[in-house]
Amino acid sequence: MQNYGQQNQSGLERRRTRWVGWGVLLFLLLWLTGCGERAWNAPYPSSESKSNTLYSSFDERPKHLDPARSYAANEYAFIAQIYEPPLQYHFLKRPYELVPLAATTVPVPLFLDKDGEPLPGDATADQIAFSEYEINLKPGSRYQPHPALAKDETGQFLYHQLAPEAIAKLNTLADFSETGSREVTADDYIYQIKRLANPKLHSPIASIMAEYIVGFSELGKALSAESEGQPGGNGFLDLRNHSMAGVTKLDRYRFKIRLHGKYPQFVYWLAMTFFAPMPWEADLFYSQPGLEKRNISLNWYPIGSGPFMLSENNPNLRMVLSRNPNFRGEAYPQEGEAADAAQGMLADAGKPLPMIDKAIYSLEKEVIPRWNKFLQGYYDTSGVSSDSFDQAVKFGAGGDANLTDEMLERNIRLATAVETSIFYLGFNMADPVIGGDSEENQTLRQAISIAVNFEEFISIFRNGRGVVAQGPLPIGIFGSREGLEGVNPVVFDIENGKPKRKSLEEARALMVKAGYPNGKSVKTGKALVLNYESASAGPDSKAQLNWMRKQFKQLGIQLVIRATDYNRFQEKLRKGTGQLFMFGWNADYPDPENFLFLLYGPNGKVAHAGENAVNYDNPEFNRLFDQMKNMDNSPERQQIIDKMVAILRHDAPWIWGFYPKGFSLYHNWYGNVKPNLMANNTLKYKRIDPEVRHQRQQAWNPPVVWPLVLLIIVLVVTAIPAVLVYRRHERSAAR
Amino acid sequence: MIAYIIRRMFYAIPILLGVNILTFVLFFVVNSPDDMARMHLGMKRVTPEAIENWKSERGYDKPLLFNASSQGVGQLTDTIFFNKSLKLFQFDFGSSDSGRDIGYDISQRMWPSLAIAIPVLVIGLMVNITYALLIAFFRATYIDIWSVVLCVVMMSISGLFYIIGGQYLVSKLLHLVPISGYDTGLSAIKFLILPVVIGVVGGIGAGTRWYRTLFLEEINRDYVRTARAKGLSEGVVLFRHVLKNAMIPILTGVVVVLPLLFMGSLITESFFGIPGLGSYTIDAISQQDFAIVRAMVFLGSVLYILGLLLTDISYTLVDPRVRLS
Repeated sequence: MQNYGQQNQSGLERRRTRWVGWGVLLFLLLWLTGCGERAWNAPYPSSESKSNTLYSSFDERPKHLDPARSYAANEYAFIAQIYEPPLQYHFLKRPYELVPLAATTVPVPLFLDKDGEPLPGDATADQIAFSEYEINLKPGSRYQPHPALAKDETGQFLYHQLAPEAIAKLNTLADFSETGSREVTADDYIYQIKRLANPKLHSPIASIMAEYIVGFSELGKALSAESEGQPGGNGFLDLRNHSMAGVTKLDRYRFKIRLHGKYPQFVYWLAMTFFAPMPWEADLFYSQPGLEKRNISLNWYPIGSGPFMLSENNPNLRMVLSRNPNFRGEAYPQEGEAADAAQGMLADAGKPLPMIDKAIYSLEKEVIPRWNKFLQGYYDTSGVSSDSFDQAVKFGAGGDANLTDEMLERNIRLATAVETSIFYLGFNMADPVIGGDSEENQTLRQAISIAVNFEEFISIFRNGRGVVAQGPLPIGIFGSREGLEGVNPVVFDIENGKPKRKSLEEARALMVKAGYPNGKSVKTGKALVLNYESASAGPDSKAQLNWMRKQFKQLGIQLVIRATDYNRFQEKLRKGTGQLFMFGWNADYPDPENFLFLLYGPNGKVAHAGENAVNYDNPEFNRLFDQMKNMDNSPERQQIIDKMVAILRHDAPWIWGFYPKGFSLYHNWYGNVKPNLMANNTLKYKRIDPEVRHQRQQAWNPPVVWPLVLLIIVLVVTAIPAVLVYRRHERSAAR
Repeated sequence: MIAYIIRRMFYAIPILLGVNILTFVLFFVVNSPDDMARMHLGMKRVTPEAIENWKSERGYDKPLLFNASSQGVGQLTDTIFFNKSLKLFQFDFGSSDSGRDIGYDISQRMWPSLAIAIPVLVIGLMVNITYALLIAFFRATYIDIWSVVLCVVMMSISGLFYIIGGQYLVSKLLHLVPISGYDTGLSAIKFLILPVVIGVVGGIGAGTRWYRTLFLEEINRDYVRTARAKGLSEGVVLFRHVLKNAMIPILTGVVVVLPLLFMGSLITESFFGIPGLGSYTIDAISQQDFAIVRAMVFLGSVLYILGLLLTDISYTLVDPRVRLS
């Protein structure tokens, strides 16, 4: 009886174990299928599968999200959607055109003489002592919901005097239960301009604004003195109690900025988030002791009035922008370039913005997973890295870039645009061998300019993603000349209506003229040895450095590669100890001044710690630059720029390398894509068709289970002989 | 034992001080405070005044190790080393050079690291031990020979290959799990499957070979022969006797890495987009954030010393003959 009972119990246990096993298997299957209609490898929850959300990635966590400090493209990708400066670039029109954003109009400067009396609009730069920009704001613009603006029934701020115990419980801004909002006023714009002057914030444009905005540097000094009186204090510095002489409030929606002299480029700065409004309440809120230690600061949690707000801020994983419920509203542009209507870019004309509800940016540091997720349909858009270039793009007989069949099968589209940037090979003009303004050295630089074949460089190292530069001004910037009239005659001839690089024979003839026949100095008889400073020495750059060495060898010049880390590389530039180096510049705004200032003598890196890395200093060029920089775009300005470019081509302080060409891919459910290299706030124009995306994701990602089943069968089959051997071993008699 | 532990803790102080000095010197041989300022202030329009302000605000305007302009003790205390590195002994990690609180970031980022490291360790240990015991059982047969060959092949393959190959096969071709990413709570499981499987598979070669050697050493001893003579089954002999007696070298390898599990895996986290401490360290190095680098190196050293101490203590638990004194 007892034995039967035991057997019965063990049988029960076996059955129970079997049921548990089946239960676990069923649970795993249900879990693996996600109990929903999403593919197994979908990195997003099923609930989001058909949402009006844009999915993208970022590869480096942003350092600053404070509009007074942020100056990097990866930071602008977020804050330009959140903050609203007075102006913006037209989304569709080219050349780039400023249009109002928070302002009602693009301000036209009022010129004043030294006594403050108005001058006519055509007054010359030397007559103008001050320029005044009056900015009229659109009323009704409101801040996103934010705890800094939350008030109780009595109108008192809820979170402006937080107790240390309350702060200790906080982890993110979302931990505040209440939020508030208010209207954006002129005071907020003025407050932000004062923040730019605060030395504690290290605004990257503080030095340039100090040159122009009246009273800017005085306020900076006053704030610096006040900070020194509060050692170590992170307390609230109420900028409302300080004034800046050049920034005046006219009424609730109007203020004016007075500049020293004439500075036409100032309006471009008004399209950057440096000039977005900042409520004093936010500054006070974030300055409470203890919040910064919880990583709750203005540098991480923006407060804006734009179309989106940062609803999730986890720079280690994901950044989420959601529609700002208080956004004042804006409409999709009604007009664009001639071809825009035909390309469907005006299909949404007049529709309210933003067109998506949310944008999720996932941190993706490695290229391979990012690219594969794009192919799987989990990212709506992607760049094209060198690794995946051949898989995505092929070049036609005419050199035009086309998508491969694999991409076309997936209805992927390609957008290309020549960037407003330049990469150049610089000669240190302070160097006695290669620099200076002697005719021999100029001729030597010209010869090298011919020999270093950047068409080949672009083809080999950039997969054709670039356009050979003919001068310092990228295509599309006022002053640059396109077609044959823009060809650099020092380096190119024109043959059959096309530019053709001069022959090596011509370069060698110039070497003879420069005193280096076959690369040997006629004075010393020794081979010319030049040093090339490189900030990269890894295996990836080895081929590039070898190529560079080969280019110089064609003229008999021995190129010595001095590879170092980026810090030492920069130090060499600062001290002027390098000879040759590759460098680049990305435009702040689409004005020739922003490129030609890179060769302006008083901007020399060694003497003035400026951005003129080659220390070029030509008095005639400097004089023309002074004349050109304050001019409006006009035929006269074009003439001056032509003269400046001709001087530069002759002096050859740079080898005009190339203007990079950006390639981006996007799926067919992603709409309103037109590269705009100056505007950063273009997320609001983007359109998504979530239904099509969902269908594609399902079709492209069916789970393939049979290899797993096969693996299990193989393991079981291979285990059977082992088990048999084990059993036989156990049953065999001892030997 | 308590006296032993306290003594070991005192021994740790000069080691940590040495590690601190070494990290400090190595970091500042490569980066100057000016370089750090430039890295944090950006590449464009950075004025010398802004650099000086940045250094002054963060205390990087002082001499590195010795302040000749100060008097007395101040010559040592009024330096970057004293102000930045010695506070770590109070476990005050301070703020990163970009302004974020390091202690807070570590407390947030250690969980994703642990979410990968613990399953990889536990599952890996079980798989490797089981496989090694199986090989030991079939010693001197074709199974043994081919298993060793397989292990050598597997341990010769780069970890990066397992990651890229795993992502390609499992996520790209078979579409079974996400190729990369992370989420909080239970939603994290589907993101962890692939890195854990790859971590386990990648460790089979080296782990199994090592355990096989240990088991073969034990399997020929007299007590094993006695156990067999008593009529115990081979399974009982292997799992109850051989495994137990091979535990000391296994523990040496396992317990010492336990505290280091917090530190995360540099490559795995980077490739799978896991926001753990491994990627935190890599980011800090690339951004020249000395505050984070020194904090992570210090933490790693403390955890390693702790691991060694735990190993010693664990000996006493598995082998009653061992006494700590």
